[in-house]
Amino acid sequence: MSQYVLRRLLIAIPSLLGISVVLFVVLALAPGDPFSELATNPNVPPEVQAALRAKFGLDDPIHLRYLHWLNAMLHGDWGFSFVSRMNVDTLILQRLPATLYVIGSAQILALLIAIPVGVYAATKPYSLFDQIANTLAFVGFSLPTFFTGILFILIFSVTLDWLPFVYTTDIKATGIHWVLEMIRQAIMPVAVLGLFQAASMTRFVRSAMLDVIRLDYVTTARAKGLGQATVIVKHVMRNAMIPVVTLIALQMPAVFGGAIVTEQIFRIPGIGSLLISSILSNDTPVVMAVTFVFACLVVLFNLIADVLYGWLDPRISLR
Amino acid sequence: MAPLLEIKGLKTHFSTDDGILQAVDGVDISINKGETLCVVGESGCGKTVTAMSILKLIAMPPGRIAAGQIIFEGRDLVPLTSNQLDEIRAKEIGFIFQEPMTSLNPVLTIGEQIAESLRRHEAVTKKQALERTIEMLKLVQIPNAEGRVHNYPHQFSGGMRQRVMIAMALACKPKLIIADEPTTALDVTIQAQILDLLQDMKERFGMAVMLITHAMGVVAETAQRVVVMYAGKVVEEAPVDDLFGDPRHPYTQGLIRSIPRIDLDSEHKTRLEAIGGSVPILINPPVGCRFAPRCKFAMNVCIEKEPLLREVSPGHRMACHLGDTQLGGAA
Repeated sequence: MSQYVLRRLLIAIPSLLGISVVLFVVLALAPGDPFSELATNPNVPPEVQAALRAKFGLDDPIHLRYLHWLNAMLHGDWGFSFVSRMNVDTLILQRLPATLYVIGSAQILALLIAIPVGVYAATKPYSLFDQIANTLAFVGFSLPTFFTGILFILIFSVTLDWLPFVYTTDIKATGIHWVLEMIRQAIMPVAVLGLFQAASMTRFVRSAMLDVIRLDYVTTARAKGLGQATVIVKHVMRNAMIPVVTLIALQMPAVFGGAIVTEQIFRIPGIGSLLISSILSNDTPVVMAVTFVFACLVVLFNLIADVLYGWLDPRISLR
Repeated sequence: MAPLLEIKGLKTHFSTDDGILQAVDGVDISINKGETLCVVGESGCGKTVTAMSILKLIAMPPGRIAAGQIIFEGRDLVPLTSNQLDEIRAKEIGFIFQEPMTSLNPVLTIGEQIAESLRRHEAVTKKQALERTIEMLKLVQIPNAEGRVHNYPHQFSGGMRQRVMIAMALACKPKLIIADEPTTALDVTIQAQILDLLQDMKERFGMAVMLITHAMGVVAETAQRVVVMYAGKVVEEAPVDDLFGDPRHPYTQGLIRSIPRIDLDSEHKTRLEAIGGSVPILINPPVGCRFAPRCKFAMNVCIEKEPLLREVSPGHRMACHLGDTQLGGAA
């Protein structure tokens, strides 16, 4: 098992390298760099500009710049944000917890809704419950998060004034009040993101369950007199979860993408909003670092999915 | 003596987009204690649906037991709920399915799958269940049972999986085993082994076996009594020797003539006879005899009136208008 994980981690290295090359090239081709703003600043003479560009190696050929970046990364130097005037790694570490907190809770919420609802709907296909669940799921994934987000703010913050609509990391409270406030301000973003995820996941869980429920070994299990609950949980669900794990792993990039939008709406100071603001201010080192962190997270979730497969399905050997 | 299982006038219908499919339409079958009964017929004649209806293992909906009684040890199973039937499933009536490749759960060890049945029906500890499972695996001649019990289905061949299925069906020592084409998916050599094993187990535990098959060779070797089904109805029922020696229904005769014979010398060899046409679709079936469109002897009455099962000699019943006049050309 640990050998398998180690091997998968080793395989992840070339893919991360590949991702970094693509990101680097795309960013290098994009117009503007951290010093383009200096060019329009009349207080900076052109020769100072040129000297700075030479010092930071911005005019070097692209492969040299990439190797330079890679070398720095390997030494733990993530670069310096010219806009925020701080190291990129500190900046990301400041922003990452908020993102992981919101996305993680949203995913857990999505699973807590999708699995029971999908499973129950599949045991009674075309029943009233199934029809309602299907309709709501359809509505759920037809509505984009930027729409539901604003709708939620309008209802729960503006009209009812129950929840804050700006997410803040410096809550002026301690102890249990801090915890409660953290939960309170996360309710809307987690609900928006989680319900959106739950909608498509529910339909997927349902169809995965329906695929398994009519298989021969389920009839075998029924013939053993095990009872509906045991048959569903032990024989159907475990098999149905295998494709669901794939879906969740494959959806991770989309989840992060969705989180960027949600972070913007609720002003969550996560790495998604950091990415948007750095793109807007041409803060290339931060853009590079954030996209690279997203890539690492996606690779990590795929690894987790692979390990889960091995646990769920003995036919996949973890050697 | 009352039969162990008596199916009376069973009708199992499925609702489809095109109408009601009358898969089983008034079937009477009875099985005595310790007896091997073979149910034969072409694919789609309702053999499997009949068997699955006994323990309500058909998909409901769209399936539905529309009429009839299924009396097992004096108790009608039809009105029972699925929960009530759970007490009878595996404990009193064991099932062996056709496809050993797909009838075992791929993500659970075979030991777990056999033991769960024991633990459901008998007050045994986890350890005792494991011991009993190993014992069962030895009984069905799986080599190295102690090691194999922790293996997954994909680590077994088709024949070995069918042995596992038999061990599973026998685990709780049921009074009746329903084997739905247990050898159809297997190699010929393995088929014989599995049938021998089934016979062996039947003698050891003294249970009754309802063997569903479409292979007349299997019937001749294993059955004491035979029920021939066609298009959702029983067309003939007889002790095995009677059936092969004196088949009355044209369909049965056709089935017997379609067995390849290697015991005839070359001058007696003729082309293998097939029954022309195919099984009718059972949505709005015709009023008369359902075999009439394929029958060489079909008369006007066959299309107008449905023939009823009647006794032609002791224990030998059939449903054909040709009456008890002997038809020529029996096998």
